[in-house]
This record gives sequence, structure tokens and C-alpha cells, in this order.
Amino acid sequence: MANVPADLKYTREHEWAKRDGDRVRVGITHFAQEQLGDVVFVELPKVGAKVTAHQAFGVVESVKAVSDLFAPISGEVLEVNSELPQKPETVNKDPYGKGWMILVKPSNAGELDQLLSAKQYEEFVAQGAH
Amino acid sequence: MANRYIANTPAEQREMLHTVGAASVEDLLVKIPPKARLSRPLALPPALAEADLVRHLRQLASSNADADRFACFQGGGSYDHYVPSPINHLISRGEFFTAYTPYQPEASQGTLRTIYEYQTMIAELTGMDVANASIYDGASSLAEAALMAHSTTERTEIVLARGVNPLYRRVVATYCDGPGIKLRDVPAPDGVLDEDAAKKLVGKKTAALVVQSPNFYGCLEDIAAAAEIAHAAGALLVVVADPVNLGVLEAPGRLGADIVVGEGQGLGVPVSFGGPNLGVFAAKNALVRRMPGRLVGATVDLDGARGFVLTLQTREQHIRRAKATSNICTNVALCALMATIYMATLGKQGLQRVGELSTAKAHYAAEQLTKVPGVSLRFATPFFKEFTLRLPKSPTTVVAKLARKRILPGLPLKTYDRTLADSLLVAVTEQRTREEIDAYAAALGEAVK
Repeated sequence: MANVPADLKYTREHEWAKRDGDRVRVGITHFAQEQLGDVVFVELPKVGAKVTAHQAFGVVESVKAVSDLFAPISGEVLEVNSELPQKPETVNKDPYGKGWMILVKPSNAGELDQLLSAKQYEEFVAQGAH
Repeated sequence: MANRYIANTPAEQREMLHTVGAASVEDLLVKIPPKARLSRPLALPPALAEADLVRHLRQLASSNADADRFACFQGGGSYDHYVPSPINHLISRGEFFTAYTPYQPEASQGTLRTIYEYQTMIAELTGMDVANASIYDGASSLAEAALMAHSTTERTEIVLARGVNPLYRRVVATYCDGPGIKLRDVPAPDGVLDEDAAKKLVGKKTAALVVQSPNFYGCLEDIAAAAEIAHAAGALLVVVADPVNLGVLEAPGRLGADIVVGEGQGLGVPVSFGGPNLGVFAAKNALVRRMPGRLVGATVDLDGARGFVLTLQTREQHIRRAKATSNICTNVALCALMATIYMATLGKQGLQRVGELSTAKAHYAAEQLTKVPGVSLRFATPFFKEFTLRLPKSPTTVVAKLARKRILPGLPLKTYDRTLADSLLVAVTEQRTREEIDAYAAALGEAVK
């Protein structure tokens, strides 16, 4: 089965969210990068931008498709992974680590609890939804 | 022949009607309320035989003042540069002539290759990293540049120098209305950008500063100074340039431009009473993802052979829908092909020569025309192939008088700028002869007496 770390939260759009103190780190899942194939371009917001849960915050493009990136939670972007524009393949190599995308200061930390657990996400993926 | 210009025969029409179960063509129109329909035949004269029709159309066309029979000093965005004869012969080949923007692009390697060469030459001329396959005309190129600057910088104002072609400004205003981008004007009291005013207007909200050089009045702008003003505020510099001039003038990219746009008509596309034209669009590599229009790239196939493809299509609306960088997903392929053949035919030296001749003849013309009593240069700033004259009589009257002598003396500026009601914009290309220029000066002398 796919690589779905137990300590993360997930969206139905295949993003993950990880609590990091009072901040939340965001990326796309192993399953997502596998479905996309070789990622060739990532467009991220600027530091300081506001993102809204379930709304697009960026774009990921692979040799097969181009997709919006959806924010798991609302808040302000504190950091973006500035390595990704030069090395988009990092998303494929290490989606949960060096392939992270944005670090958000949540405006409503409660939103995190509404996301899927690892188990729920695994079931969601297993049902063939994507 | 009953239907000289309709492709199907009466028998075929009956067959089609039978297939859809209609007794007559009339039957197809019953749903249209009678009062909305014309109850009598159109008041058209009877059809002409082909030979008579051609004669009739020729006669109508002969009442035009065209650049073949008139000495054309008219410019303002469209220029009477020579169109070398290989252009028409090559574009008339069926493989090129019938092609619209290829929808199955990679099957049209020849078309893609010419576009790739066009892009390469435009990028070199403008001093930019990348050029697109072209868009409609100079005005739409500038409007797209404004949108691109807006989306790149996420800022909401575009500052335009007064010297930008006023027709382009209107197109920019139309494009910017929807997204709510605000346009601001920098005056040009001496014919060129008022730099102090520009410094005040360009600020944190400015997405781009736009200058045209040579500008609408013919004056050369200080592009490097404009770049400094724009960049100091974190804005982009958009330069409107005529690529024909760039055989002689410095590439705007080397002077600090981030986006270079312009009208490419002078590159082998006939004036044609104002269109079709060629929208040139080039930018720095860092901005390529925000570029409008189609881009052709070179690559290799499985066997390592060189081939051409449409590239970065995820910018475009057939993939990105509402989030596309632009709603233009076509190019003016045939005009871009004309420009490609033009640039390849003339080569580096040829293009340089066109620029040198145009500017030398323009300066000779300015010298002769300003010898006429009461006629002077409107602006003291250096110009290239076009300049603004101040006349002692109404420019519109002068144009009418000179047209009788088969001279198109230029463009009266009154309709573009009310403060320039006494001014005439004069363009001189390499095509104008000393005799034509001298005849113009003599005729002008009489007309303003």
C-alpha cells in the first residue's frame, strides 16, 4: 500500500498537513506524486500571502498533467520551499520531507482536526478516488 | 450557372432538404417570426460576370490612395517598408498558406520550424530570452504585457508614458477594465517621458512602466533611465519597439526591458490599409510561465533527431481554462511567416541597411520640410524614421491638398491628441526617394503659402 505516514493529516485533493509547533507544513502525498509522474514545475504563493482551506494556493505540473494545489487549512504563508522551482523533482523523491511546499500560520487551528487521518486517507485512496 | 458562387447545385440542395424532411429552404425558416424577416428580395444589382466583377472591383480599388501609387509618408504604427518578392512566393505554398494555428501541431513540423525560427530571430532582435509565436498586433501585445505584469507582480497599476501609441493605450484600457487594473499617464511635454513625473507615479502599486521607443511622436526615449525608474520601485519595464528599427537601435533587452512588445508589420507584411498585423511579444526567461500565446520549442525524438513541439502549453486556455495566462491561443501564423522570410532574406546586414536608410532619409526629409517657411519640428528630441512637424496651416487641409499630387504627407495628430492640432506625424522609410522627398517639400511649400 501507498506510503501514508500516520502522524500527518490529509485532504481529499491529496495534500498532507503536519503540525509543527503552532505552524502547519503542507505538501502533496506520495500517492499524488505517483499519479502525477515526473513533476516539472511548481508554482507557490509568496511569503505573506493568505491561503484559504479548500482553495487553490499554487500549481503543480508534471509531464502528464497540471493541477491546482489546495490548502488544507486557512492562514498566512510563513515560508515557501524555495528549492522547488529549481528542483521540482524533489516532490517525487521526497514528498513528505524535502518536497514540502508551504509553511502556514493557521488562522483557525481547528481546521486541522477536520482533515482526514492517515487511516481515512488510506481508505479513500483504496476506494480508487482521485 | 444559377449559383456562380455557391458550392452546391440545386439538385444537391433538394437532396439535403429531402434528408431533413423540408420541402424548401423557406421551410427551414418558419420559426422566425414574419415581422423579423425581410418580405422582399435584397435590393442587390444583378450578378456580374467574373470579368465584369474584376473590372468593377479594380475600379473601386483605384479610388484608394495606396502606397504603390502614392509617395507614402504615413506611419503612426504601420510603415511602408519594402516587401521582398520571395515572401509572396513562399507564403503562397499550400502547406503554409492554408494553415491556421496547427491544432495537431506536431504533425506540422514545417510550420513549427518556421515559428521557432521566427521566435529565435525576434528574441535576438529584442534582446530577450524568449519570444512567442506572435499575437494579433502591437496593441494586443501591449495589452497582454499589461496583464502579464499585473499577474507577475500582483500589483494593480500600469503607468504608461504619453508617447505610447494612443490606439494601443485604448486597447490596454479595454483589457485592463475587467481585472480592475488602473492606468496612469506620464506626460511628455517635450515629446519624451517626463522622468520626474514618472518617478512620482511609479511606486509600490505599479506593476509596470510602459515606454515606446521611438515613441508615437517619433522621439527616441531613454530606455535605460526608464528601466531604472521601474526597477527602483520593483515594477517591470515594458518597452514597445518596432523590430525593423532594431537592426540599428540597441535591443531594449540590453537596456533593462523585462518585456518587449511591438508591431512587426514592417517586417515584410504589407501595410494593407491597417491589417492584418503582427503582434511581437518577447520576455525574459524568468517570466516565461506567465507569457501569453503559443510557444514552439525544439527537442529530439526517440531516435535523437531534431524536432519541434508546442511547449509550455499548460499556460494556455485549452489546458488551464479560466486560469490560463491569456485568452489568446492563436497566432498570426502567416504574418509571422512573412516576417521570418523577411528577416532571413535581408539578414543582419540587410536589416541594418533598412534602418540606416530609413533614418538617413527621415533626417534629410526633416531638413527639407523645415526649410518651408512656418514649418518646424514639434519636438527637439532625437528621432529615428518618424518625426512630428508643426504646420502653419491645418494639417488636415494640407493632407487633402498633397493627396491630389499623389503624396500622403503623414498623419494629422489632432484626433490623437488635441494639444497637437497643428501637428503632422511624418514617417520616412527606405522606400522614399530623394525626388519624392523634394517633391513633398515643394508641394508643402505651396500648400501652406
